[in-house]
Formats: sequence, structure tokens, C-alpha cells
Amino acid sequence: MTYIRPQFRHPNLPANELGFTRKDYEGALSTLCAGCGHDSVSAAIIEACFELAIEPHRVAKVSGIGCSSKTPTYFLGNSHGFNSVHGRMPSVATGANLANREMIYVGVSGDGDTASIGLGQFAHVTRRNLNMVYIVENNGCYGLTKGQDSATADVGSASKKGEPNPYEAIDLCSLALQLGATYVGRSFSGDKAQLVPLIKGALAHSGFAFIDVISPCVTFNDTPQSTKSYDFVREHREATGKLDFVPMRKEITADYEPGYTQEVTLHDGSVIHLYKTGQGSVRDRDGALSAIREHKRAGRILTGLLYVDPDSQEFHRTLGTVKTALRNLDVAELCPGNKILDNINNSFR
Amino acid sequence: MKPTNIQDPEFFHRVIDCQYACPAHTPVPEYIRLIAAGRYSDAYLINWESNVFPGVLGRTCDRPCEPACRRGRVDDEPVAICRLKRVAADNKDDIAARLPKAPGVKNGKRVALVGAGPASLTVARDLAPLGYHLDLYDEQSKGGGFMRSQIPSFRLPEQVLDEEVGYILNLGVVTHFNRYVDSLKGLLGQGYDAVFVGSGAPRGRDLPKLPGRQEADTAIHIGIDWLASVAFGHVTSVGKRVIVLGGGNTAMDCCRTARRLGGDEVKVIVRSPFADMKASPWEKDDAMAEDIPIIDNHVPLEFVVEDGRLIGMKFDRVEARYDANGKRSLVSTGEEPAFYPCDEVLMAIGQENAFPWIERDIGIEFDQWEMPAVDRVTFQSSNPRVFFGGDAAFGPENIITAVAHGHQAAVSIDRFCRGENVAERPLPGTTLITQKMGIHEWSYDSRVEIDRRYKVPHAEKALALGDRHVEVELGFDRDTGYKEAERCLNCDVQTVFTDSLCIECDACVDICPTDCINFLETAGQGEAELRSRLRIPAVNLEQPLYASGALKTGRIMVKDEDVCLHCGLCAERCPTSAWDMQKFLYQVTKAAPIL
Ligand SMILES: Cc1cc2nc3c(=O)[nH]c(=O)nc-3n(C[C@H](O)[C@H](O)[C@H](O)COP(=O)(O)OP(=O)(O)OC[C@H]3O[C@@H](n4cnc5c(N)ncnc54)[C@H](O)[C@@H]3O)c2cc1C
Ligand SMILES: Cc1ncc(C[n+]2csc(CCOP(=O)(O)OP(=O)(O)O)c2C)c(N)n1
Ligand code: SF4
Ligand code: SF4
Ligand code: SF4
Ligand SMILES: [Mg+2]
Repeated sequence: MTYIRPQFRHPNLPANELGFTRKDYEGALSTLCAGCGHDSVSAAIIEACFELAIEPHRVAKVSGIGCSSKTPTYFLGNSHGFNSVHGRMPSVATGANLANREMIYVGVSGDGDTASIGLGQFAHVTRRNLNMVYIVENNGCYGLTKGQDSATADVGSASKKGEPNPYEAIDLCSLALQLGATYVGRSFSGDKAQLVPLIKGALAHSGFAFIDVISPCVTFNDTPQSTKSYDFVREHREATGKLDFVPMRKEITADYEPGYTQEVTLHDGSVIHLYKTGQGSVRDRDGALSAIREHKRAGRILTGLLYVDPDSQEFHRTLGTVKTALRNLDVAELCPGNKILDNINNSFR
Repeated sequence: MKPTNIQDPEFFHRVIDCQYACPAHTPVPEYIRLIAAGRYSDAYLINWESNVFPGVLGRTCDRPCEPACRRGRVDDEPVAICRLKRVAADNKDDIAARLPKAPGVKNGKRVALVGAGPASLTVARDLAPLGYHLDLYDEQSKGGGFMRSQIPSFRLPEQVLDEEVGYILNLGVVTHFNRYVDSLKGLLGQGYDAVFVGSGAPRGRDLPKLPGRQEADTAIHIGIDWLASVAFGHVTSVGKRVIVLGGGNTAMDCCRTARRLGGDEVKVIVRSPFADMKASPWEKDDAMAEDIPIIDNHVPLEFVVEDGRLIGMKFDRVEARYDANGKRSLVSTGEEPAFYPCDEVLMAIGQENAFPWIERDIGIEFDQWEMPAVDRVTFQSSNPRVFFGGDAAFGPENIITAVAHGHQAAVSIDRFCRGENVAERPLPGTTLITQKMGIHEWSYDSRVEIDRRYKVPHAEKALALGDRHVEVELGFDRDTGYKEAERCLNCDVQTVFTDSLCIECDACVDICPTDCINFLETAGQGEAELRSRLRIPAVNLEQPLYASGALKTGRIMVKDEDVCLHCGLCAERCPTSAWDMQKFLYQVTKAAPIL
């Protein structure tokens, strides 16, 4: 066995504003199958966090169970992490977020973890507009348990087993849109040019940012009859348009190309520029839903940023919670005493 | 950019930085792996086939390979390639039985070799197994050329040289030692089928016009003549205070030898700034470690003589100025001349070629600097029967260059004697073999160690300075040799890409620790444009790009070879084996396979 990552890096590795290089955002060496799409998603997350100069200690990675849910080990090795139980990442993320709203929450899940066992949790975290990034690494199968069809497998799609899937597929982007997600995108693990800015936008977004990344399982579901294979996705993919993310810190002279058709200023002041090929506003929830449907009917997979509401009200604002992280409150603030408790109780009488 | 033609033997050769930089193109990583495996004899023989003097070179080589070593681009210092060669030589078994022998029946061709330095000896080694009758002439009493007369025994023990010269002379070479060839015409007249001139660059420069030069003659010596006199035991002592003039390796050998012959106050005084000195950095370090100050920016003005005796030297203090083209001039600071007292002066200020024994009417053209016209590839002179090599061909270089010349001259002589076109060169021998043994398993040690370069231990100073025969460097022991060998990145194990297998999953891009691999759209752009567009722009133009043909998406794979660690992770992470790690063995064209 010689599967060990060397310590050396390119001598000209660029550094970000914090003086960190990509190496500072790496994690342990992946143990997934060679060629798994999930590893590319990890690389895209590393790239996005590096480019945004996010301090690794400010990130909390949360996940459930699955090959996809294992991946937080393989990126951001200097960040916090919680690998929870199958389908239960949303509740762990919710609890953590409520306790410490100052962290950046990055959830990674699979199509099994989200659309099967975790569907209920997914629905509720979405409707609460919890401030987090929620990435599904969607391979249409349960990779970790040897490739059974998942709930996102398309009708007729067949994995290595060869049996066409008889059931209707859950479209997670449509579901997220219906349930009130405030940032929705779809991408492909094999297209970092699209995926990295999409993740950067999601990290900057205040509210629930959902990205469905089609991420082929090379071992069990990269067959000619699968609609989640590298070849199929490449041939049937259509992008809403090119996407540029301009962080707030950068001046307006930043190196985005002119000629964009839409511009969205996010909560933190950063800007997304869209070079849309088709018609339709990225602020139009219904339009997004019908665009997904129409593309699907035409046998195409629509990718890109589908919807964003930059002015949404995230969970803490809805609840009117305290502005600081709970760990920064002292005992007096956290525990106001019997007198105040009595007052509260009396107000209900 | 066009897809890379990996059939061209020079493409992967170039990736093996050390081997490519070695004038004789020694398969460095191949022998380093053998050292790590404890197969010292095999490691020695790979060297011997290629550079003929592994034991000598493992101690004295100028090591052009080391500045080229890839490790130096990702780590502080290159692999100690040269000193590993010595590990092979020191630890080998008796390999005499594995060496080639001269055939019992000769091929009927006679070749004369003038000078018994590394160039001629290489020609002899390459031609003897083919049945040539070889006459080797040297004015010295033993073979080895400058390796014997110039390189001091504290750097190169005599028995190491004797052994390796012996391997060649034992191939049935007829030696004519103590024989100065005073006429090439005469030699040609003896009916040789070819003559090889490996007579070196035997004349040391003097300062004939400097005031005091004649008066102080007995206390002033030409460095290389003096070193030869020491080597052959004609000089056994030197004055207490010695000035060595010059800044090259000869100056370093002179001053260190003087320290061993009774020089207590030995100084090197050089015209140029310290940083511009020609001597290798390690030679300077070794000299300074023996309490020899190096005084730079001093131009000799005068040998100061009192009562007919040398008492010191005067120098003008200068400063280096560089013009817009970087050309240096040494400008006097205008200060008082500096005076340094001394008893003897050794002049190591350069060497020249001299061919007083070659007549100018035998078809060999000489240029205005009295250098013969010699073809850079074939080493043939304008007299087709006469070939040159080593320092005699293009001026003073080093042993490994002389060896490299020797190989090519031997190819030419052999073709010439067989009536073949000398300009047509046979291709180098190459093999490319997969190293895959299983998942995560390669037949080479793909793990990249982080060890810093190990230092070679030295003999105790007092002991070394007391006796010029005590070797200063002790060489790596086996354990350290192993650890140093493990620093090698195995640059000969090539990443070989098969376009048709790639599914463009990006796994190799993501795993590559040094960001070598890219998948790019190209609209027929050239290499320069692509270089600027890589994940990390490929600014090192000495390193090639490796480009595939168009893949399924129309993109191409472009790999910058510059800092690839040959770790094999790309191939391990590739689901389709589009990447494979394959060992490329390149063997330079020789007159015949030796082993
Ligand atoms: C002081 C010093 C130290 C050096 N140290 C190193 C070192 O550490 N590493 C390194 O790589 N290189 C070193 N070199 C350079 C190296 O020695 C030479 O480049 C190399 O030996 C050249 O080899 P060659 O075969 O061309 O000729 P040489 O080794 O110079 O041999 C030529 C031989 O030809 C003989 N000869 C010349 N003319 C005639 C004639 N007419 N008839 C008969 N015989 C003749 C000479 O006596 C001599 O023996 C050093 C050189 C000097 C001066
Ligand atoms: C409660 C529970 N039920 C079932 C399992 C078995 N199990 C492990 S992973 C997995 C599916 C994972 O699929 P997905 O989330 O798509 O991840 P992938 O491996 O495809 O990336 C299942 C069913 C489990 N670990 N826990
Ligand atoms: S089983 Fe599939 S999903 Fe899991 S690591 Fe392997 S390729 Fe990826
Ligand atoms: S062997 Fe492959 S993974 Fe390793 S450095 Fe070279 S290109 Fe990168
Ligand atoms: S890992 Fe293999 S298949 Fe994937 S992109 Fe690299 S070469 Fe192509
Ligand atoms: Mg899955």
C-alpha cells in the first residue's frame, strides 16, 4: 500500500487574502472509489472556500451517512465537523446553527440520505430557511451500500445491476423550490467552472442554499443505461447561463466579464452576475419550477443557478433569537433568574 | 497545441531531469532505486555502463545533474545523486566477472588513442569488446590522465582510480606509457584505421608580464604542473605562507594541497567577486573549512621581490560593475594596493589547449584560437581518420563530459571503420514498462519522503590535513545511503496518458498534489497560450507540457511536467487507467551494448 499524499505542493501555489493556500483547505486523502464524482465536489468546496478566503475554523461541516456524507473528512481538515446518522443531518445542523449562528454551516448529503430516509428532515430544514449550504451529491443510487436505486433515479434508468428503475424520481430542486428554499442550484461534479461559483454564492447567501450536484457513482451507476452517468449528464446537460461570483471584498473593477444580463446582490454585499442564455428571471420561483419541468420533458437536465431570493428572512430572524452565539453569553444572560421566569409565566396566566 | 508525441525518445528523457542533464545520460533514478534495494553491484554496473568511472565520479563529478534535479524545485535541495553513486561503488561486490571481455578474435581494425584520460579510456572501453586493436599512448607512467595527475588523493584515493582504469586496460588495451606522441603525422603513418585525440588541455596559464615574475620564478608555480608534481611525488613540501591565484576548482585543489604540504597560512586571492567564482560551491566550502580564506575582488599587480627572494604580492582592489547586458568589468576602487606577504605562489588562473605535436598540414583545420575544427555530434575532425574528445575537443570541461564525448567518438570510429556514414546516428535504446502491481501498488516506491538532504560525513580535520592521502569525504554509510536514495522522486516512472480511456471525471486533477494536470478547452491555441491558462501557469519553459488529443468533450488534457512528483496518485485515482505509471529506461547510443 502506498496510498499516501505527498507533502510537497506546487512552489507557485497561490495564496488568498488570509495567506492560506489550497493546501490549508484540504482534508484527509479520500477513500472513495477512484473517479467518484463526490471527490470533485470536495475539490470544488475546497476551491470555493479558498477563493472566498474563509477562515477554516469558522466552518462547521455536517453530514449524514453515505459515500457522499463521508466526504467532509476529505476537505477542510481544519474545520469543525459532525458526521451524524442517516438522514438526520438537518436536525444536527439546525441545533448547531441555533446555538452558534456565527459559524458557516456546510451540509453534505446524498440522494439516499436526503430523498429517502431523510426526506422529512430535508423538507423541514428547507421550509425553516435555516442559514446553511446544503449540498446533495446525487448519484441516483445508494453508493455506500452497493448501488441500490435511490429515490432520485429516473424511470427506466438502470445501474450496474441492469434492472430499469420502475419508480418516479424525486426532483430535489423542484422540491426545494416548493418548500421555500431561498437559493437553489443544480450542477455537475464534472464542471467546476459552474460548480465553484455556485458554491461561493451559496456560502455568501443568507438563508437555505440548496445545490443538487449530479455526481456519478463510477462503480455502480456509470452505465450506458444510467441517466446519472458521466456521459449521459454531459450529453443532456443545459446550463441556464454562465455564472460569475464577485465577493463583497472585491472592488467593482473585479475581473468579471461585461455583458451579463442579470445581477443579484446578496445579503453580504457580494454580487452574482448571470450571463443567461434563456429567458426568465433568477428571482422567479415559479419560472424556475416550470423551466426544470420543461427541460425534463425534453429529456434535458437544466443546470446553473435556478433561483435566488437575496432578501429572505433566515431562521434566526423569524425566531427573533439573540444576535450572539450562545457560547458568548455569560451565565447572567443565559439564565435570567427566577424573577424573570415568574414574569414570563405570569404573562401566560 | 499538437498532441505530444511520446514515441519521441527525447520527450520522456527530458522529464528525467538528472539523466537529461548528465552529459553521459546516466539512468540516475534506475541506479538510485537499486541502491535503495541494497543491490549495490547492479547499481554500480548501470553506472559503469554509462559513465565508466562510477567510483571516481561518485567522489569528483561536477554533478550537472544536481542543479537540474526536480527535487530542488519542490524541496530545499536536490537528491545527493553524486554521492549515492559512491555508495554503489563502495558497497558493491567483486564485479570483475560481470564485465565484458575482449573477444579472442580481433576484428582486424587498429585504433590509436592519444592520452589516457577519461575520454580515451571511454573510447577504449566501448571499442575493445568489439574486437578492435587499441594502442593507448600517454606521456605519464600510468593511465587516468588528469584524474591521476590533477585530482588530489584526498578527494580521490589512488586505489579507486587504479581499479576503474584497470577494468578498461584489462580489456586487452595495449598501453604505451611514458610515451609522448610528438607527431600525429607519424602516428597516422603507422597505418591506424583511426586515431582518437584525447590529449586534454594540458597548459596552465601564466602571468608572464607581471612585474617580478622572472625574478621570483623559483617560488612561483603553474597550478596544474605543481599538482602533477605533487601527485607523482616530485614535490613534497611548500612554503609556510602560500598565495593561490584563481577562483576555479584548480585553485581549490591547489590551496587544499598546500595546506597538507606544510602551508600554514594559505590564501586564495581571486579577481572576481566571491559569488562569480568558477569553483563549485561545495569546493569553496571545503576549502574554507580548512581555514583557507578566500579574498575576492583583488587583481594581481606585482610579485614583490626583495634580495632576490619573493616576499609577497601586491593587488589592486576592485569592484565588479555590470553593464546593461550583464557584462562584468572589474573597476579599481582607487584605494592603495593591498600587500599580502608569502613564500610561494600557485597560479590556477585557467588552462589552455596546446597541440604542438599536431602538424598543420595533415588536413586538420585549426581556428584562430588554435583549436581544431571538430564536429559536435560525431567528434570527427576535418581529417576523417582523426577524432577528438574530452578537453582536447572544445576546451576544458570535466570528466563526465569527456566520457560522454568518448561514447560518441566510439560510435563514430566504429561506423567509420565499418565504412558507414558517421553522421547517421543509431537511436538510443528505450523501454517503457508499466509499474502497476495492483490497486495502490506499484513496483516502485511511489511514496514521497520528506527527508532533507543528508550530509556526507568528513574525516577529522587534523587527521586529514596531516596527510594528503587521507580521503576527506567518508561517503554515506548504507543506512544514510538508503534514506538519501528514498528522496529520489523516480522521475523515470512516467505518467502515461491514454486519450481514449479518459472519462473526464477530474479525479486526477483533484488528487494531484502539485496541480500538474489540466483539462482545457482549446481553440487551436499554441503552447504559450496554454501555459498561461493552466491551474498554475507553467512558467518553467525548460520543462515540457504533455498534451493529449481531443477528448470526448472536445477538451484536451494538458500536464505540466515541471513539478510532477511521480507519486502515481493520478493513476491510482483514475477509474479507467487512462493514466498509468510506466518506467522509461533511456540508454544513450553507444558503439554496442556493453552489458
Ligand atoms: C586541478 C584540477 C582538478 C579537477 N577536478 C575535477 C573534478 O573534481 N571533477 C571533474 O569532473 N573534473 C575535474 N577536472 C577536469 C578533468 O580532470 C578533465 O576535464 C578531464 O580529465 C579531461 O579528460 P580528457 O580525457 O579530455 O583528458 P585528460 O584527463 O586531461 O588526459 C589527457 C592525457 O593526455 C596526455 N597527453 C597529452 N598530450 C599528449 C601527447 N602528445 N602524447 C602523449 N600523451 C599526451 C596527458 O599526459 C594526459 O594524461 C579537474 C581539472 C584540474 C586541472
Ligand atoms: C438508519 C440507517 N438505515 C440504513 C442505513 C444503510 N445505508 C447506509 S448508506 C445508505 C444510502 C446512502 O445513499 P446516499 O445518501 O445516496 O449516499 P451515496 O453513498 O450514494 O453517496 C444506506 C441506506 C444506515 N446506515 N442507517
Ligand atoms: S461506491 Fe460510488 S459513490 Fe461510493 S465512492 Fe465508489 S464511486 Fe463514489
Ligand atoms: S504522478 Fe500524477 S498525481 Fe503525482 S504529481 Fe505527477 S501528475 Fe500529479
Ligand atoms: S482520473 Fe482518469 S478518467 Fe478521470 S479525468 Fe483523470 S485521466 Fe480521465
Ligand atoms: Mg447516492
